[in-house]
Amino acid sequence: MFEYAPAPESRDIVDIKPSYGLFIDGRFVDGSGTPFKTINPATEETLAEISVASPEDVDRAVKAARKAFEGWSALPGSERAKYLFRIARIIQERSRELAVLESLDNGKPIRESRDVDLPLVAAHFFYYAGWADKLEYAGLGSKPLGVAGQVIPWNFPLLMLSWKIAPALACGNTVVLKPAETTPLTALLFAEICQQAELPPGVVNIITGAGETGAAVVGHPDVNKVAFTGSTEVGKIIARTVAGTSKKVTLELGGKAANIVFEDAALDQAVEGIVNGIFFNQGHVCCAGSRLLVQESIYDDLLGALKRRLALLRLGDPLDKNTDIGAINSAEQLAKIRELSNIGAEEGAERWSPPCDLPDRGFFFPPTIFTGVAQSHRIAREEIFGPVLSVLTFRTPAEAVEKANNTPYGLSAGVWTEKASRMLWMANRLRAGVVWSNTFNRFDPASPFGGYKESGYGREGGLAGLEAYLDV
Amino acid sequence: MTERLAVRKTYKLFIGGAFPRSESGRSYVVTSSKGDFLANASRASRKDARDAVSAARKAFPGWSGATAYNRGQILYRIAEMLEGRRAQFAAEVAEADGVSGKKAGELVDLAVDRLVWYAGWSDKISAVRGAANPVAGPYFNLSTPEPTGVVAVVAPAAAPLLGLISVIAPVIVTGNTCVVVASERAPLPAITLAEVLATSDLPGGVINILTGSAEEIAPWLAGHMDVNGIDLTGASPELAQKCEEMAADNLKRVLRPKTADWSADPGTGRMTAFLETKTVWHPIGT
Amino acid sequence: MQEGAVTAGARHSIGLETFAPVGDAVEVSTVTSPLAEVAASNATLRAFLHGLPGVDQVGADARAAMLGTRSIKTTAKASAIDLAISMVDLTTLEGADTPGKVRAMCAKAIRPDPSDLSVPHVAAVCVYPDLVAEAKAALKGSPVKIASVATAFPSGRSSLEVKVADTALAVAAGADEIDMVIDRGAFLAGDYIKVFEEIAAIKAASGEAHLKVILETGELVTYDNVRRASWLAMLAGGDFIKTSTGKVQPAATPPVTLIMLEAVRDFLDATGRKVGVKPAGGIRTTKDAIKMLVLVNETAGDGWLSPDWFRLGASSVLNDLLMQRQKLTTGRYAGPDYFTLD
Repeated sequence: MFEYAPAPESRDIVDIKPSYGLFIDGRFVDGSGTPFKTINPATEETLAEISVASPEDVDRAVKAARKAFEGWSALPGSERAKYLFRIARIIQERSRELAVLESLDNGKPIRESRDVDLPLVAAHFFYYAGWADKLEYAGLGSKPLGVAGQVIPWNFPLLMLSWKIAPALACGNTVVLKPAETTPLTALLFAEICQQAELPPGVVNIITGAGETGAAVVGHPDVNKVAFTGSTEVGKIIARTVAGTSKKVTLELGGKAANIVFEDAALDQAVEGIVNGIFFNQGHVCCAGSRLLVQESIYDDLLGALKRRLALLRLGDPLDKNTDIGAINSAEQLAKIRELSNIGAEEGAERWSPPCDLPDRGFFFPPTIFTGVAQSHRIAREEIFGPVLSVLTFRTPAEAVEKANNTPYGLSAGVWTEKASRMLWMANRLRAGVVWSNTFNRFDPASPFGGYKESGYGREGGLAGLEAYLDV
Repeated sequence: MTERLAVRKTYKLFIGGAFPRSESGRSYVVTSSKGDFLANASRASRKDARDAVSAARKAFPGWSGATAYNRGQILYRIAEMLEGRRAQFAAEVAEADGVSGKKAGELVDLAVDRLVWYAGWSDKISAVRGAANPVAGPYFNLSTPEPTGVVAVVAPAAAPLLGLISVIAPVIVTGNTCVVVASERAPLPAITLAEVLATSDLPGGVINILTGSAEEIAPWLAGHMDVNGIDLTGASPELAQKCEEMAADNLKRVLRPKTADWSADPGTGRMTAFLETKTVWHPIGT
Repeated sequence: MQEGAVTAGARHSIGLETFAPVGDAVEVSTVTSPLAEVAASNATLRAFLHGLPGVDQVGADARAAMLGTRSIKTTAKASAIDLAISMVDLTTLEGADTPGKVRAMCAKAIRPDPSDLSVPHVAAVCVYPDLVAEAKAALKGSPVKIASVATAFPSGRSSLEVKVADTALAVAAGADEIDMVIDRGAFLAGDYIKVFEEIAAIKAASGEAHLKVILETGELVTYDNVRRASWLAMLAGGDFIKTSTGKVQPAATPPVTLIMLEAVRDFLDATGRKVGVKPAGGIRTTKDAIKMLVLVNETAGDGWLSPDWFRLGASSVLNDLLMQRQKLTTGRYAGPDYFTLD
């Protein structure tokens, strides 16, 4: 037996302060709310104390952003670009530090924060930096909106920050961004990066807090643009909040993506794609391939191969370089995953997990698949946002499309077939913003991302991502 | 010698390619700008709205799946049919808006020209709004605009023909289907337009036209869970806010009301408001 | 039941049931036909091989790259290094090979690091047929096996008679293992039956010797071809499938090794017969070697983590393994002057 010895990434590379303030107008200031603690979900130890922004603090941040807007939007695009390039470079320079901090605060494996999140974060700034002085060529005009209020989730804290801040700044807007309550640390380190880059004060303001703080950002009358990534439930509240105003809104919300495997698929790669689709980032992915649709003729073969593969997944310390599945981000999320999984079992689906020792401390959930799932089961309809896969079958391409589209969501879908014409036929009919064919969970700053239906509206990434931050 | 008594037209709704009366049996009096009686128009109910949404949904796969060339041809055909009835529309517009016959004729011309303009967009919007994305990996990555689905449209109260064409054409040219609440004040050109549509090879259900009260019908459309988008151009600020709030229940794409000069270049905004961007990834390998 | 054989069989009315151990006989299929029928004609063989699931190149590359990021440290590294040393087929395949060169290499094979007797011996030496006798003499009494390339290595461009004679020569001289090359020209021309029959003939000529079938994946180019050639070699009776001659680039890349490991895994499931894998060529560093072991561990499984089932065809990698081994023991970096160049 080839046992891999522990290979932990050193956490000494990152210096976590005992407490953090709000980053407003280029400086860290105390928040007026009651501070809270952010913890390491893998150990439940406290990492730092975090300020809470009250509505007054939010107002200060918006005012700082408004004041900075005048100068920032008047800067030549080429100058804004240089600031963004600087930020991209500093992120690359400090990427190891940021990756460790992300894994500590979020619970995701260091392999993912190091090999996926951080490279994409730097790339996103690099990409939009280049747009700043080329907006006239994009065909969307070059008029910024003003102050952008941005609220981001805990699943990809720094990556979602980059998706929000990079295009906003490139287009000449200033921002007030609120990271998620459970994962504020990389955003606060990003604030330091803004200082290192000598970004003009007020262009980026980072305020921390929970839902009320986010609501204050969204509802602030002097915010011109609201960008939110998170749950569909909150997305709807935001859509109601901005009704009747002139605020431009983009929402990137939940999903219940179908990952469709045809009998002629490249089976070994399909298995990898299924695993990557649902177990990447502990399944805390809005576009996760949480519904596996298998053509009935290969069901036994595929399930056998999938189970064999699942037994190889390494769950444990997020900082261990060989960990595939880290910690669930919070006790609340763990409870929700457990609840929906129990419902799945009660509804009659068959639950299976590979033999898997869970650590004594921290929030962990084993990779789990449910077979015998019907479209009517809650686990086939509701977003679990955890490492839980529901397996369904289909007989024909038309049935696959019908089942895949039979959801209020429409963020992503996967198709596995070696037949190109069938792939394109499927891609045409799937009502989803991203269709991964013979791959899954790939992201790139040049590639637009966003959903149909209740998965939200607007796109992030690519030329399409500029529209969200321009007065078109 | 007695003057011949004219044969009047019964103005009905246009749903799924047919001309039903309102299921509610209700109608309302439509008058000219001078206050003269013109007709009894159907006063659509929430159930008519529901039926119209069903018809639009049913038509969506076929219409969105048709080739862009085909959709463009059909829009052009509508323009041809409209041009052929120029006199009739000019008369209706003149009566409704109290403008001179010459002005009314110009407004009809603008409407025809607008249709022709949009017809040409059917197979060009993808080139303008789509993209081949140079991702950092061995993947073919293509973004294309796709229609949102069923779109409810509250047509502007003013400009009963030109305004109507200007809100419908951008919605359907890209492959959406729609349910339109026509101008309450001046619905007759909308129903006459339906007669044009019915003879233009446009599949039934792609455009459904309701007459009656926007105040009454629009909220039902805004709250309808099988409607994907809503254009509130013709709604009052109060109605627009109410509808936008209701639209949040299934996160409809909302186009807020904005004062418009219908004779100006419309731009692409009315099309892109009801387009989704779909991005497809595929590995490049041997 | 495993993916490869079953899906292919179901689709093309070709089963492998006769290959399965007796205990599996409960699984009765109406489309069963004997394995012999798979190779009954080029058409049946083609239908079978083309019925195997395809390989997506980008996905396979990504999986191999991900496994390449595994961090093998401390105790895991120490045991991996010893395991890797014990799997090495220490190779010299030069036109300039001489009895002296072979004798020196054999000495190194038996005792890779004379200063540290805890270092295991390598699995085998690998030489040309005419030098087998020399190696036999040099290795007398040691557990190190003798592998000989054969069949008009490395191009394989000769008649079957010559290839059989080549093989017989090596076996007669005392080779324990025969590393044959397949006829890539025939394979690429779609003449699978010719490749099959040639392998079967060489297997027969090898007698007691184990047969390793070199696919020369660098010339097959596509991963679909690698999978098909792997199955072809296994169906024809190969005991091992081997990536490369070492004379063609690219040689033993991680994704190619991954696909071959999947093939032996699936072949065992489908037929009950276990086949070994030997990546050869391009494995130069300890890191390369350990990546291979990770591939084995997370693809075919630890059942293949022994010299009986996995070999590393290489020469220069041995010294790097020895240097890394010394670094782990002494805590300081090793220098090449302290390791023999044989």
